[in-house]
Amino acid sequence: MRLEEHPIVEFKRGKEVTIYFNGKPVKAYEGETVASALYAAGIRTFSRSFRFHRPRGFFCAIGKCSSCLMEVDGIPNIRVCKVYVRDGMQVKTQNSFPNADGDLLGVLDSIIDRFYPHGSHYKKFNRPRILREFVTKQVRGFAGTGSPPKKVFEGNASYEEIVTDLAVIGGGPAGMSAAIFAARAGAKVVLMDENPFLGGQLVKQTHRFFGSGRHRAGTRGIRIAQILADEIKELKNVDVRYETKVFGIYDGVVGAVEKDKKLLKIIPKKIVVATGAYERTLIFENNDLPGVYGAGGVQTLMNVFGIKPGNVGLIVGSGNVGLILTYQLMQAGVKVAAIVEAMPRIGGYFVHAAKVRRLGVPIYTSYTIQRAIGKKKVEAAEIVKLDEKWSPVKGTEKRIDCDFICIAIGLSPTHELLYQAGCEMRFIPELGGLVPLRNKYGETTVEGVYVAGDVAGIEEATAAMMEGRIAGIDAAIKIGYGGDEAIKVREEVVRDLKEFREGPFGARIVAGLKKVSIEELQEAEA
Amino acid sequence: MSYLVRGYLEEDELPPKPSKERLEKRAVAYIECPQEIPCSPCIESCDYGAIKMENINAPPEVDYEKCNGCMKCIRICPGLAIFMLRLKNGKGYVTLAYEFLPWPKKGQEVILLNRKGEEVGKGKVTWVLPPEKNDKTSLVRVEMDPDLIFDVRAIRIVGKGE
Ligand SMILES: Cc1cc2nc3c(=O)[nH]c(=O)nc-3n(C[C@H](O)[C@H](O)[C@H](O)COP(=O)(O)OP(=O)(O)OC[C@H]3O[C@@H](n4cnc5c(N)ncnc54)[C@H](O)[C@@H]3O)c2cc1C
Ligand code: SF4
Ligand code: SF4
Ligand code: FES
Repeated sequence: MRLEEHPIVEFKRGKEVTIYFNGKPVKAYEGETVASALYAAGIRTFSRSFRFHRPRGFFCAIGKCSSCLMEVDGIPNIRVCKVYVRDGMQVKTQNSFPNADGDLLGVLDSIIDRFYPHGSHYKKFNRPRILREFVTKQVRGFAGTGSPPKKVFEGNASYEEIVTDLAVIGGGPAGMSAAIFAARAGAKVVLMDENPFLGGQLVKQTHRFFGSGRHRAGTRGIRIAQILADEIKELKNVDVRYETKVFGIYDGVVGAVEKDKKLLKIIPKKIVVATGAYERTLIFENNDLPGVYGAGGVQTLMNVFGIKPGNVGLIVGSGNVGLILTYQLMQAGVKVAAIVEAMPRIGGYFVHAAKVRRLGVPIYTSYTIQRAIGKKKVEAAEIVKLDEKWSPVKGTEKRIDCDFICIAIGLSPTHELLYQAGCEMRFIPELGGLVPLRNKYGETTVEGVYVAGDVAGIEEATAAMMEGRIAGIDAAIKIGYGGDEAIKVREEVVRDLKEFREGPFGARIVAGLKKVSIEELQEAEA
Repeated sequence: MSYLVRGYLEEDELPPKPSKERLEKRAVAYIECPQEIPCSPCIESCDYGAIKMENINAPPEVDYEKCNGCMKCIRICPGLAIFMLRLKNGKGYVTLAYEFLPWPKKGQEVILLNRKGEEVGKGKVTWVLPPEKNDKTSLVRVEMDPDLIFDVRAIRIVGKGE
């Protein structure tokens, strides 16, 4: 399933290593995640669900869905899509017997469910306390929170305190742009990303980007990631921390863990949160079957690790992500059976749709997926037509044979850190979910905490870069760097962004932004 | 905007066609990008002022008299929405962007596909811009029946190259 050639990407694989999956050796290459190595070896069931022990495969491939929890080298509940292979690594499935693929506990669970249906663990066996404690223990054993390690962790842990001007959380296009523009104005910057590389979503975008040439339109996403990463390398005042996960913002102090071993306490003057977004899922029968994947998950597997997700795919959603993914699958030699779209028209750009339509991919508008078919993994999908009231029309069901299904219905902002930092949040459907109030430079209601990119509202990379630039420069200006020149640059980017959003695709964003703009809200109050 | 229901343009939705005389003179850029999207590399790349676009969201329009067929726009267009059209010695030629393996080669026979992916005939590759010269977007010129140049928008490779 590993791609040897690809029209756009050259896959540079590291040294061959062996990892052990439930005791059996699996070939892998350095630089691959455990999840992708297992996938390449044909393993599809990664875990079993808490209840019912239903088989689960990976979904997001970026550490957000927890569908891939396994025990790695004795430590339970590890998201294997975020762990890189090491020679001799021991990986085990949990919450199953004898293993996740042939889990006998699934039978037991369906019997239990007949007598104690969903939710009964909240109501039954509550008294006396002794009984509750006993039952809770048993239920937890079944529910698959893994077996805790027998020994205390022995590795060396360390601690570092960093005083800086600006802390940037997230190394996607927004975060990188914020770091570059703040650093160019003179600020000292710490840029953190949980991945071992910079680029965020861009590292899987093999297509040429839209937008204006000034913001690198016509250039492939993967190249934009490289250009920005190179610019950062040039800047001596940006300290990049890879594999560094930020877990909290406490009164302006940022807490993070670097490479699982080092605790970081960052004391910055300002913070830019640019944590991006995660994929949404869709409700339909069997939507948890291995083979139902997030669109970004498939892109990661295919374009970052060079592994084919399957032979024939069905794409749910005709926004740009679904359309581009279809094209990228075909470039990797994967067939796409169809694209289904619940709306009566294609959601993404027409030109993206035309690209795949002229290669013969059917696009079913006013259709949705009704269920995934298959026992342990996807074998087909059933789609159905929707009437004007979005109800399925009986008799229009169609079976589409496929071995995987991609959900490409949109993203939601990764807002947790902002929420935790105390920013005032609003749920704005036009922006994809819960987002913070912010002024025109991206500063939230918590002074000194800025937001930029998809986490500020789902849009795209051009806008993310512009928002990043604005937030980075403004933070630098407020700290006292840059002077008039910086103010000029800031206002220029603000103008460009406004023009960029003036079309029909931007109208929705603009409507959403109105509801979270601190200036607009103040005006409405006055 | 029914093209957004179908995913392809019908005859009456096509941009104005360059005249036969114009097509016989030199290759000309034909842009099928009717929707308002925030995108402008085509106009930014044109050194001859042949593309008109009121703002970044407006759809591009080509002035066929100003276009000199230099192909800068087709090399960069992220929508792969630009096609170079030409009539010469009773044959039709369409140049399109191509990003799949195997890379097409000069002399190869190809199946011609229309906007819906239906086969409409056979053609021959007469020129290729190698992918490495244009960040992996190859340009392929295909010779065909002159009546097909407003229909053919994709190819499938069958034969071997020279
Ligand atoms: C299929 C597809 C096609 C697209 N096509 C285009 C296009 O043609 N043109 C265009 O302009 N845009 C396009 N986009 C959109 C674009 O990729 C995104 O809008 C853009 O990447 C958002 O940038 P960002 O910096 O906000 O977030 P991201 O790129 O998502 O980066 C966020 C980063 O933050 C990190 N992070 C998150 N939480 C933490 C934490 N707690 N600690 C440390 N690090 C953290 C993440 O690991 C990630 O690296 C496309 C997207 C997709 C999926
Ligand atoms: S082919 Fe050259 S001259 Fe013609 S529109 Fe494109 S860039 Fe302009
Ligand atoms: S570059 Fe291509 S997709 Fe963009 S506006 Fe021009 S023709 Fe349309
Ligand atoms: S968390 Fe690993 S696949 Fe989603």
